[in-house]
Amino acid sequence: MKPRPIKDTRQEAAMFMRRALVGFLVIVVALAILAVRFWYLQVVHHDEFQARSDANRILTRPLAPARGLIYDRNGELLAENIAAFRLEVVPEQVRDMNALLDDLRDTIGISDDDIERFRDLVRSKPSYQSVPLRLKLTEEDIALFAVNRWRFTGVDVVPYLTRYYPKGKEFGHLVGYVGRIDAADVERLDASRYAGTTHAGKTGIERAYEDILHGEPGYELVEVNADRRPLRVLERVAPTPGQNVYLTIDSRIQEAGEEAFADRPGASVAIDPRNGDVLAMISVPSFDPNLFVNGISQTDYKALLEDPDKPLLDRALRGSYVPGSTVKPFLAAAGLELGLRRPSDTILSTGEFHITGQKRGYRDVRAGGHGRVDLVQSLAQSVNTYYYALALDMGIDQLTESMAKFGFGRTTGIDLVGESAGVLPSRDWKRGRFNTAWYPGETVIAGIGQGFWVVTPLQLAHGVAMLAAGGVSRKPHLLYATQQGIGDAPVPSPAPPAGKSFFANLSNWDAVRQGMIAVVNGPTGTARTMGNGFPYVIAGKSGTAERYSRTNETWQSISQVAIERHQVLFEAFTPAEDPRIAVIVALEAGRGGGHDAAPVARKMLDAWLLGEPKAPAASADAAAPEP
Amino acid sequence: MDSLLAQLRYRVGALIRRPRIDLPLTGALLLLAVVGLVTQYSASDLDRDQAIAQGIRLLLGGVLMTLISRVPPTSLRNWTPWFFTASVGLLVLVALLGEGRGAHRWLDLRVIRFQPSELLKLTMPMMVAWYLNQRPLPPSWSTLGVVSVLIAIPAALIAKQPDLGTALLIVASGLFAVFLSGLAWWRIGVIIGSAAAAAPVAWHFLHEYQRNRVRMLLDPEADPLGLGWHIIQSKIAVGSGGLWGKGWHNGTQSRLEFLPEHTTDFIFSVFAEEWGLIGVSLLLLLYVFIIGRSLWIAANARDTYSRLLAGSISMAFFVYVVVNGGMITGILPVVGVPLPLISYGGTSAVSLLAGFGVLMSIHAQRRRVAA
Repeated sequence: MKPRPIKDTRQEAAMFMRRALVGFLVIVVALAILAVRFWYLQVVHHDEFQARSDANRILTRPLAPARGLIYDRNGELLAENIAAFRLEVVPEQVRDMNALLDDLRDTIGISDDDIERFRDLVRSKPSYQSVPLRLKLTEEDIALFAVNRWRFTGVDVVPYLTRYYPKGKEFGHLVGYVGRIDAADVERLDASRYAGTTHAGKTGIERAYEDILHGEPGYELVEVNADRRPLRVLERVAPTPGQNVYLTIDSRIQEAGEEAFADRPGASVAIDPRNGDVLAMISVPSFDPNLFVNGISQTDYKALLEDPDKPLLDRALRGSYVPGSTVKPFLAAAGLELGLRRPSDTILSTGEFHITGQKRGYRDVRAGGHGRVDLVQSLAQSVNTYYYALALDMGIDQLTESMAKFGFGRTTGIDLVGESAGVLPSRDWKRGRFNTAWYPGETVIAGIGQGFWVVTPLQLAHGVAMLAAGGVSRKPHLLYATQQGIGDAPVPSPAPPAGKSFFANLSNWDAVRQGMIAVVNGPTGTARTMGNGFPYVIAGKSGTAERYSRTNETWQSISQVAIERHQVLFEAFTPAEDPRIAVIVALEAGRGGGHDAAPVARKMLDAWLLGEPKAPAASADAAAPEP
Repeated sequence: MDSLLAQLRYRVGALIRRPRIDLPLTGALLLLAVVGLVTQYSASDLDRDQAIAQGIRLLLGGVLMTLISRVPPTSLRNWTPWFFTASVGLLVLVALLGEGRGAHRWLDLRVIRFQPSELLKLTMPMMVAWYLNQRPLPPSWSTLGVVSVLIAIPAALIAKQPDLGTALLIVASGLFAVFLSGLAWWRIGVIIGSAAAAAPVAWHFLHEYQRNRVRMLLDPEADPLGLGWHIIQSKIAVGSGGLWGKGWHNGTQSRLEFLPEHTTDFIFSVFAEEWGLIGVSLLLLLYVFIIGRSLWIAANARDTYSRLLAGSISMAFFVYVVVNGGMITGILPVVGVPLPLISYGGTSAVSLLAGFGVLMSIHAQRRRVAA
């Protein structure tokens, strides 16, 4: 074989030339074949493909399901879908849009907001598609339009379904509202289920039970022409409406509470201690959820945002309240359970309490003190000294641990979005927040629910319900039952599992209960008029916390106005011997818990009686528990 | 300052007197880019932002092309092994820590994200040309053996990503260099024969979705709403275009969204629907001119390296056109290969124009026959 050690560049170039020519030829042939293929499709079979392209006009159109309704536990309607009428315009049928809009504005009244939204929609949709111009026409609007209809080609009145909250602001926070789906919702929601849906739950029950309320969409196969104009419906799969939701709420209690608040800012929660059913959940002031459904106007929204009473804040779920003396029953229970006190142990109240070796004094409510008091008296008269000493004996670590068992310092896990956890003071919490050590004085004031301690009304109500249920915790919840369709039987939601009782010894529970009964029924009780004429024995406890530090300027200026001075609370459960309702009321300003908050609670308990099957005619004295 | 101006004036003058870029080829590419943008604008349903984005990418590619055209081919040749090693290294990196939807193709460099496999479209023919340039030609079996290894390693890495379309393009660009180097016809016969015999084995190694695409080609109507949808809708779009087309922005197939991927892989269908057979023929002629002119530049190159490199870049360009065209007319399987300089997407446009930059550089250093 002849070796070829040297590259023959000239020969390589010639070889390349030949190969490049062959390559080019192959390329031309291949592209020619491709061209022939195009000719085959575009000329030979053109008619066939043209026909298929024409027939290629079946579009799938999603059909939004009707949203489930919301009722209270007695079937009172809280959210419904009502037929409304809106004005729609088909842009391509309008010769002069500006003239038309001016004309319509003069005839039935259209706001600038409406026009702006309309123009945005017109830009984003094909011109044969009808675009809503004004929602929620009144009967007068419709009549006015009907008379002038001949002038407006391409404009029509179209019926549609819209969400309506018949109770208005009474359930603004709790039921919440739906609103137009926005970018944040798109991320949260399953796109395939919401293809045809325009609104989704934003807050409250509407948000928490969105999944159940929404339902499953259906679809329509629609034949369209080449411009996508629908010609006829070929197939239709109906949507499955969302399930109806029954809430544990009794709207009679809710309404009575709402009315008793008389627009004073505050919140109230009532819970059935036997099962965790939330019977009422009130936050005052509230707002009309109907404003939000089809987009709230700038003016309305600004008014809500700038209101100093913050009507958009759900106080029951997210409000921060200093619990004050309402924590005393919980501390009393912890003291008994920890073996630090017996019910009969007494403490001398002199009007001022001192930590041994410290100058600073911690005051009692009554100047000069309450004298020697036992557990029942300490609750009935709300004796601070008893609890200063108890807290100090307990120490902050045991205090924190026992109070955490009553649910303080963490969310209750209610079926709503956005619950706050409040603050249960502890060494760890203080170190994390301020990076400073814990001082004994802070333990002392924690004993009367002051200092760093912050609760939400829901949290406190859960604690009271737990106390009422003999120390057994049940997660508060709002879902009572679901119902597939109007005619179907409602399916009750399962009761939450009961936790372990706080009390190892139920006689401890009874001692605390006696103290709380004395608050309402005893001769020295802080809320002694509250139970008058009520058929059951009420057990309760008031709480009055200072709104401002005494060194604060605001306090200086309002200290003369007693009614403004305190944040007042009241907690209660009844019947004392077999509690079926626990309620708490928090008012942001008032004279005292027994004076201002207890009457609100009483109004709610009166409303609760209406739902009780048999109201025995027993008087408070007769029903007092046997020793 | 004056000297700087003078220098600038001199440079501009030189550029005009003796342009480094090949004017006919540049003109044709420009025309192609314009056709691409016009089609893009229609296919995206008059989305101005998308057209502008694509325009910026093409401009970027043009700048890169001009820059590369200033690099003499000898420098390119000297750096070739490093380029090749680096790009294969990046492929390995992607295999280890790349990201992408289902397929690992992308490398995220924070500033830009790119597919290292795109680099191979240039470095692969460079490497094969570099190697063959040192060997006596036509290549012997042993030379061929080394070349096969050079091709197989990156191809395997890319096919594993899995990106069969790009892997095939890269294999093709390497093989073109071998073909152009004058590999004996009988050896070509032997290779094709054994490849055909190995096809059933290769089928075994394909991903299920890749097999489905081949099956689909054989009987698209079997699954009209699933995988066959692409092919059927594309054929309807092309066929309904007829001889003269439906006119710009009148293609109902794409406007009614029956045609999937109508700005990327299936943009040729939009073009065919709107411009008809006349438009398609003119576009194919434009491609033929670009390929022919590129091969002409290759044939006039100064050395074997430049010749093989230029030749294989030109022929690889052809593969894009024929694979994409075959796909949208239903004679080749659905492989994700864009229509060069028309499909929406930055990486392919930039890497293609970089390739033409190399061609321009080779053109600038051409043999001066009787000059």
